[in-house]
Amino acid sequence: MAAKKKMAEATEWSYSPSPESTTHIQLKERYDLYINGKWVKPSSGNYFSTFNPATEEKLAEIAHANEKDVDLAVAAARKAYTEVWSKLSGAERAKYIYRIARMMQERAREFAVIETLDGGKTIRESRDIDVPLACNHFFYYAGWADKLEYAFPNRKVESLGVAGQIIPWNFPLLMAAWKIAPALAAGNTVVLKPAETTSLTALKLAEIIHDCGLPPGVVNIVTGFGDTGAAIVNHKDIDKIAFTGSTAVGKIIQKAVAGTNKKLTLELGGKSANIVFEDAPIDQAVEGIVNGIFFNQGHVCCAGSRLLVQESVADIVVRKLKDRMNTLYVGDPMDKNTDVGAINSKEQLDTINKFIEIGKKEGTEMFQSACSIPDKGHFCPPTLFIDVAQSSVIAQQEIFGPVLTIQTFRTVDEAIQKANNTPFGLAAGVWTDKGSRIFNLTTKLKAGVVWANTYNKFDPTSPFGGYKESGFGREGGMHGLNAYVKLS
Amino acid sequence: MARLEVLKTYKIYIGGQFPRTESGRFYTVSDPKGKLLGNICLSSRKDIRNAVLAARKAFGSWSERAAMNRGQILYRIAEMLEGRREQFINELISQGSTKTKAIQELDMSIDRIVYYAGWCDKYTSILSSVNPVASSHFNFSVHEPTGVVGIIAPNNSSLIGLVSLVLPVITGGNTCVVVASEKLPLCAITFAEVLNSSDVPGGVVNILTGTNKELNDTLSTHMDINAVVYGGDDLPAFQQLQENASVNVKRVFHQTKEWLKTDAQDLYMIADTLELKTTWHPIENIGGATSSY
Amino acid sequence: MGKEKRAQSEQLLDFRNSPAIDKVGVEERVARFQSRSIKNESKKQGLLIALNMIDLTTLEGKDTPGKVKQMCYKAMHLHDVHMGLPTVAAVCVYPSMVKIAKNEVKNSKVKVASVSTAFPSGQAPMEVKLRDTKFAVAEGADEIDMVISRGKFLIGEYNFVFDEIATIKEACGNARLKVILETGELATLDNVRRASDLAILAGADFIKTSTGKIQPAATMQVTYTMLMAIKDHYDRTGVMVGMKPAGGISTAKQALHYLVMVNETLGAKWLSNEWFRFGASSLANDLLMQIMKQETGIYQSSDYFSID
Repeated sequence: MAAKKKMAEATEWSYSPSPESTTHIQLKERYDLYINGKWVKPSSGNYFSTFNPATEEKLAEIAHANEKDVDLAVAAARKAYTEVWSKLSGAERAKYIYRIARMMQERAREFAVIETLDGGKTIRESRDIDVPLACNHFFYYAGWADKLEYAFPNRKVESLGVAGQIIPWNFPLLMAAWKIAPALAAGNTVVLKPAETTSLTALKLAEIIHDCGLPPGVVNIVTGFGDTGAAIVNHKDIDKIAFTGSTAVGKIIQKAVAGTNKKLTLELGGKSANIVFEDAPIDQAVEGIVNGIFFNQGHVCCAGSRLLVQESVADIVVRKLKDRMNTLYVGDPMDKNTDVGAINSKEQLDTINKFIEIGKKEGTEMFQSACSIPDKGHFCPPTLFIDVAQSSVIAQQEIFGPVLTIQTFRTVDEAIQKANNTPFGLAAGVWTDKGSRIFNLTTKLKAGVVWANTYNKFDPTSPFGGYKESGFGREGGMHGLNAYVKLS
Repeated sequence: MARLEVLKTYKIYIGGQFPRTESGRFYTVSDPKGKLLGNICLSSRKDIRNAVLAARKAFGSWSERAAMNRGQILYRIAEMLEGRREQFINELISQGSTKTKAIQELDMSIDRIVYYAGWCDKYTSILSSVNPVASSHFNFSVHEPTGVVGIIAPNNSSLIGLVSLVLPVITGGNTCVVVASEKLPLCAITFAEVLNSSDVPGGVVNILTGTNKELNDTLSTHMDINAVVYGGDDLPAFQQLQENASVNVKRVFHQTKEWLKTDAQDLYMIADTLELKTTWHPIENIGGATSSY
Repeated sequence: MGKEKRAQSEQLLDFRNSPAIDKVGVEERVARFQSRSIKNESKKQGLLIALNMIDLTTLEGKDTPGKVKQMCYKAMHLHDVHMGLPTVAAVCVYPSMVKIAKNEVKNSKVKVASVSTAFPSGQAPMEVKLRDTKFAVAEGADEIDMVISRGKFLIGEYNFVFDEIATIKEACGNARLKVILETGELATLDNVRRASDLAILAGADFIKTSTGKIQPAATMQVTYTMLMAIKDHYDRTGVMVGMKPAGGISTAKQALHYLVMVNETLGAKWLSNEWFRFGASSLANDLLMQIMKQETGIYQSSDYFSID
């Protein structure tokens, strides 16, 4: 018997492929725009393809919306707002949004599979993190629709009107939820543009919105590229712009709405420090580091992409980190055992590899996990750069991939200084066993989210957003309502 | 030949089960024409005793559930109640309501449940605080449910009164023992069936039928009940209740809103049965700026 | 042997210096192991590995020679209807039953493990615990499963606990020593880690979670904490120590989760019964049912598997 024979030696036990079933999902060959409760062909007649980044197979064709289509969508949103949505009581709005949440829960597995196929993130993450959070986000905000006056003491609360929303490709469904749910709860109508490489789950969400009987025009989905987004940003009849994406584009948008009355919130890039003190629970800190940078292949605005480790424990942390990285499975995102999936697009992979080359040239020690990489598709092994300096390019610029830079520090103040010494300010991690030290750091770190003894934790009730060039405005929680209301 | 219908036995609801009153006694309710509607359990103080035990047992896990999870369970009560519209409307009519009022009462009950479901994971954000104390401490105040709450439902309502008192109490994480309307008890028991099919754990809500004269005293003197909410309008009875409650310093509340009105629901009914806990923790300041938040 | 270890520890480590453990972090790490999907060939392989790792156990006041003999037979003949199944790793009994067990399994590779040191409470003077151990060893036990003095540990008398382990280790002779921490009584993961470090330094060949007599017994969380203690020791010294979760593991699904955890923390070297055991009684049949399900494709009934 195989097991008996190997009693005296190491028993290699590798996991058989465990692919998630895809037979139950329904994908159309071609998707039109969802405007005014109907599926509408793009006025240019143009479609573009969306691909599975793990296999490079084409999944579907997506409509390319131009200015005319955006105009139609905004008009539909305005009409729905004036004639229907703003006339409904909060309690009735709530019930619509609850319907969306419940139906998303019912169709959860299909969402997870399509999210993974379209974007490259692992099925384990889509299934266990993205989709549940998205469903819960709708469920949470549904409950605010008829309670808004409690969130703004001493103020009369009204909706803004039509919100134009542009979302990125790293958490497609979740970002759609983060945008649409609070907007609807506060009484606004929406025109949303998903990212061009990951439009499918937003379009499936449109199907659910349709099946829930949401009045036509309340939510409109216009797919396309940067030009579609620009059409939204520049549209005269939009009251509010919400953007999640790179800092570079965020600045363009901020400039573009100057002089208009459009309210703006931005959720941009980051280069967040994950700080490990010598008294940290070391094994859990290592997990936190791994989770901080390799979760979602590092395609996370708040990724803990800079490890600041106290010099006295640097060696042991780095050693344990390397050991842990060698147990990560990189590969087919549809396999339930894969830990690190595909990079979202060839462009992004090129960007990441460019930074890796810079890192190598900057001369620090590089380590990559000993995993096999599939030959098709876009993949990058988890990567470390050790003994990096604060002034190196890879410690300053956002890479947006599974690449961690490691710096050492000696004192608490030095850690704080290094963590804050950046134009970004989205998140930070603090690992220490001492409570009073945690609070010292939370008061001094210039970051919108501080994770103490944990990392990359999200909840619909917890406000998320950045300081400085990581953007302004908060999403999630009671404070997430601010962006979508008018107070008087 | 007309088909003979199977008549319903109205039992009480304790610990997720439907036992009969341990006393074996009953009283009858009839429709306006005098037709017998049911033999209703005339609960005894021992039933109250059992219900409080069940409520206390259920308190730990109910209060420790994630708020979001409580909200989803409460929402499901609304789903189940919505599905039983006809049954409740008929029951209300048989107890003397008109069809219009019955529909209004049912709609309000369902929507009120949805309203409170949405509060579960939000009241903390509003009611809690971080307090900027003058010393180098992180100081925060958070609410916790008080424990087991006794509820005396108003006599003149079969459904909406009970729903309006129970929901805010369980939204906050408490469990409860409810004395249903003596005059109009039917919907209370059918509502127990709705709770039972809604993922609400047994013991979170316990519903007894019987007379206020017998049950109110046991409820208000019970040493393991933390608060009492009185929904009736009998002022001498309420005073007796307040006096009884002093035996273990119960928190006492009198709620007499017009339950069919849309605004007869708010955050503060949840806050009533919550306790406030304030915690201090040092903030170690190494260099630079001082003190606290 | 014990004296050497003592000196080494005094130099190397202060027992108060075990790393802090964050329980919430451990819960998350453990949840990842439990969401691994083990299918087809890897599942079959895992089930067989797990079967061969079982210490089939009977530790009841009402144990008799007859009961022990039947269990020993099952240990060597798990399901003869199916060709080529392994045996379990060992049988685990009270010292009074060791001779009987040894006689039953003498022609097989199944080992005889004996509890000792006033199992399960350990509340007895050292002479009694020593005598208990020496008796079991003399009766032929291949392995000794001892309990630590939890009361002494919880009041901070770590040196006492270290000494008692070292002393029993001496009395074991060639028998391998498993040290039961009784993690359910230690309560916190910090304590579990400290007790693990201490037991390893004092000479444990295996560290074991529980007596199985109280709840909670073995959990993924305490096992993970103990595996990391073993890993750190191995990384520092190159010395391997074994791990035995005991009690509360009754399904094949759970057993596979544990194997995943061992595989991804300590690695392939520990995936044998020389370094990992399951202290279990009903686990064997569930593993057998799952093996049959893998082979036939249909769900099984317990009627078809012997319950001795």
